[in-house]
Amino acid sequence: MAALKETVETVESIDVDAYKYGFTTDIESEKAPKGLSEDIVRFISAKKDEPEWLTEWRLGAYRRWLTMSEPRWAKVNYPPIDYQDLYYYSAPKTSPGPKSLDEVDPELLRTYEKLGIPLREQEILAGVETRKVAVDAVFDSVSVATTFKEELAKAGVIFCPISEAVKTHPALVQKYLGSVVPVTDNFFATLNSAVFSDGSFVYVPPGVRCPMELSTYFRINEKNTGQFERTLIIADAGSYVSYLEGCTAPKRDENQLHAAIVELVALDDAEIKYSTVQNWYPGDGEGKGGIYNFVTKRGDCRGRNSHISWTQVETGSAITWKYPSCILRGDNSQGEFYSIAVSNGFQQVDSGSKMIHLGRNTKSRIISKGISAGRSQNTYRGQVSAHRKASGARNFTNCDSLLIGDKCGAHTVPYIESKNSSAQFEHEATTSKISQDQLFYAMQRGLSAEEATALIVNGFVRDVLQQLPMEFAVEAQKLISISLEGSVG
Amino acid sequence: MLEIKNLHVSIGERKILDGLTLTVGDGEIAAIMGPNGAGKSTLSYVIAGREGYDVSGGEVLLNGENILGLAPHERAAKGVFLAFQYPVEIPGVATMTFLKATLNAQRRARGEEELQTPDFMKRVNEAAARLGVAKEMLRRPLNSGFSGGEKKRMEILQMALLEPSLGILDETDSGLDIDALRVVSEGVNALRARDRSFLVITHYQRLLDYIKPDTVHVMARGRILRSGGAELALELEESGYKDYIVEAA
Ligand SMILES: Nc1ncnc2c1ncn2[C@@H]1O[C@H](COP(=O)(O)OP(=O)(O)OP(=O)(O)O)[C@@H](O)[C@H]1O
Ligand SMILES: [Mg+2]
Repeated sequence: MAALKETVETVESIDVDAYKYGFTTDIESEKAPKGLSEDIVRFISAKKDEPEWLTEWRLGAYRRWLTMSEPRWAKVNYPPIDYQDLYYYSAPKTSPGPKSLDEVDPELLRTYEKLGIPLREQEILAGVETRKVAVDAVFDSVSVATTFKEELAKAGVIFCPISEAVKTHPALVQKYLGSVVPVTDNFFATLNSAVFSDGSFVYVPPGVRCPMELSTYFRINEKNTGQFERTLIIADAGSYVSYLEGCTAPKRDENQLHAAIVELVALDDAEIKYSTVQNWYPGDGEGKGGIYNFVTKRGDCRGRNSHISWTQVETGSAITWKYPSCILRGDNSQGEFYSIAVSNGFQQVDSGSKMIHLGRNTKSRIISKGISAGRSQNTYRGQVSAHRKASGARNFTNCDSLLIGDKCGAHTVPYIESKNSSAQFEHEATTSKISQDQLFYAMQRGLSAEEATALIVNGFVRDVLQQLPMEFAVEAQKLISISLEGSVG
Repeated sequence: MLEIKNLHVSIGERKILDGLTLTVGDGEIAAIMGPNGAGKSTLSYVIAGREGYDVSGGEVLLNGENILGLAPHERAAKGVFLAFQYPVEIPGVATMTFLKATLNAQRRARGEEELQTPDFMKRVNEAAARLGVAKEMLRRPLNSGFSGGEKKRMEILQMALLEPSLGILDETDSGLDIDALRVVSEGVNALRARDRSFLVITHYQRLLDYIKPDTVHVMARGRILRSGGAELALELEESGYKDYIVEAA
């Protein structure tokens, strides 16, 4: 209820053209020259002081990438991207490896403050024992603030920038990197493999329940900086971890490319929850600017009884191309995908999930809520398949679309494929419009058209919001309302 | 309180209200009766500000101010409440959430302090107890899967919380069982006040046995054709509307 109030206040104070997070931070940055070549790949690898195998791995990806072309099957339109006109590396110039918040550039901290990022250090020091969240804040490409390290270390959990893990835990990285999303997977994933900048690495040892939710905030700051985050999370046998990813980006006129990879590995009896709130700059009122978000997110339920769930709230970006997926390899493993995708203005969203049933008695569930307003296009694209050996596989898919106004579009493209006769797949889909009766009813009781819309939309997405950790749900509610601003009345 | 002067309303080509004039004094309970299709619900929607009607003439004054140019939520903040003939379902929105959001929106609009959760809960629980609404209902999504009678009770619960200056009850009695009719009527009677008026739309005398009207108006063909005291309703129960339908035609 407090959330609703905040929602309403935020809605009142923000409009599409005045993107709240549209400021830039004035920090000198160190860039690689524009463009992409073997030299640039070597430059990135050298900057990060990487071992030989990784340099070669990147070069292999780069050579492969040269032979690939951009996928065109998604229902999104954008002008051709000139990959030679982008920077592939930039790092804020701060003293290397800050040991505490005091060592972090104050300008940067102020930026996070404006974004309302809870670096909860103070709370903890003051003894405020709320739910703990460790923040590994990624500023542009390099992680600059990592907190809660010690408590995690006590539990044996490794949570650090992947660039650091390459040095401190090379065996783990080498074993799992690219094991879920192969180097050759797709155009954007292969590009990422060649030039990935940084991202988070998590390893939870056998039997450990990670003592806090892990969280990363991404920001895109440098002009023309491609963002190639790479996240790798491994939950060893019988462990549990919940990971939160949240994003906001400053306003930019030129389109910015983002091609991240997230790989999750769950071994026997392990569980990973991965939640995202994505709020990158969607472009201005005329459809100019905004982030191009081409992400490959995949979880591998490698062990028996393993469980991976993706929850996402997508409100930002000019173009979203994203299909968090689960490979249900272990017998009795479970995959879930809960999604809210909001599009307004000229945004284009093509998102959904893939559930690949390989093991016996594997279960999956997809709940997708798409909300389109303005002139946006919102497509759910999903694939559910059962392998020959996947006897007893079950999937339930539910896709609901809500339209606000009559210039937007919602599309549902499910692919279902079963090679095992005992597999049971269910698919439900609905498309509805916000009804005038509902709006009038809520307004008769005192809500403005925008408040009424926010409330009805929140009702529509409730099943999914409930999957998010509390504080994230509040933020998500706010973002949904912000992004629908201007769509009614 | 409410003055409606020579109101003309059509939907598309069709004229629904045809020079309707009606005055409801402060603290007065006015009953409106009339055949199906007379325009009673249309009148209540137009007072509350629903879109889609072409108001081609006339005025609706609330305490002397013409409210026809205001949006529905602005009218609500000025004290207009409509208990719907067919309350609308809002899936996924907990009743409690809805109640708090609307109450505080109105309070903000009037420049009043918002109610904090404990205060709010106290008020809701009291009103719910009085109207025989189970607490469990308040956690369910608003009106979703509620029975017809439950929806009507929920309308009155909302009215009790929002404390309007003009309460319009559009066939609140339909769908209520005998006990519910009494409970709901008592709820309305408890809200009677010198500065609060009611427009009670009904087809049946039995509601007016509980909620005693000060005036009764007969509406047909988009106009008020006759006005009188409580005894007029009894007379209608006897004679029906045939005289009025002929008269209007
Ligand atoms: N949206 C609409 N489009 C066309 N005609 C309409 C519309 N809404 C109402 N009407 C017509 O206007 C007339 C008055 O309707 P209204 O619902 O106001 O009647 P009522 O007096 O409330 O009837 P009842 O006692 O059955 O509730 C009816 O003939 C109805 O069919
Ligand atoms: Mg009616």
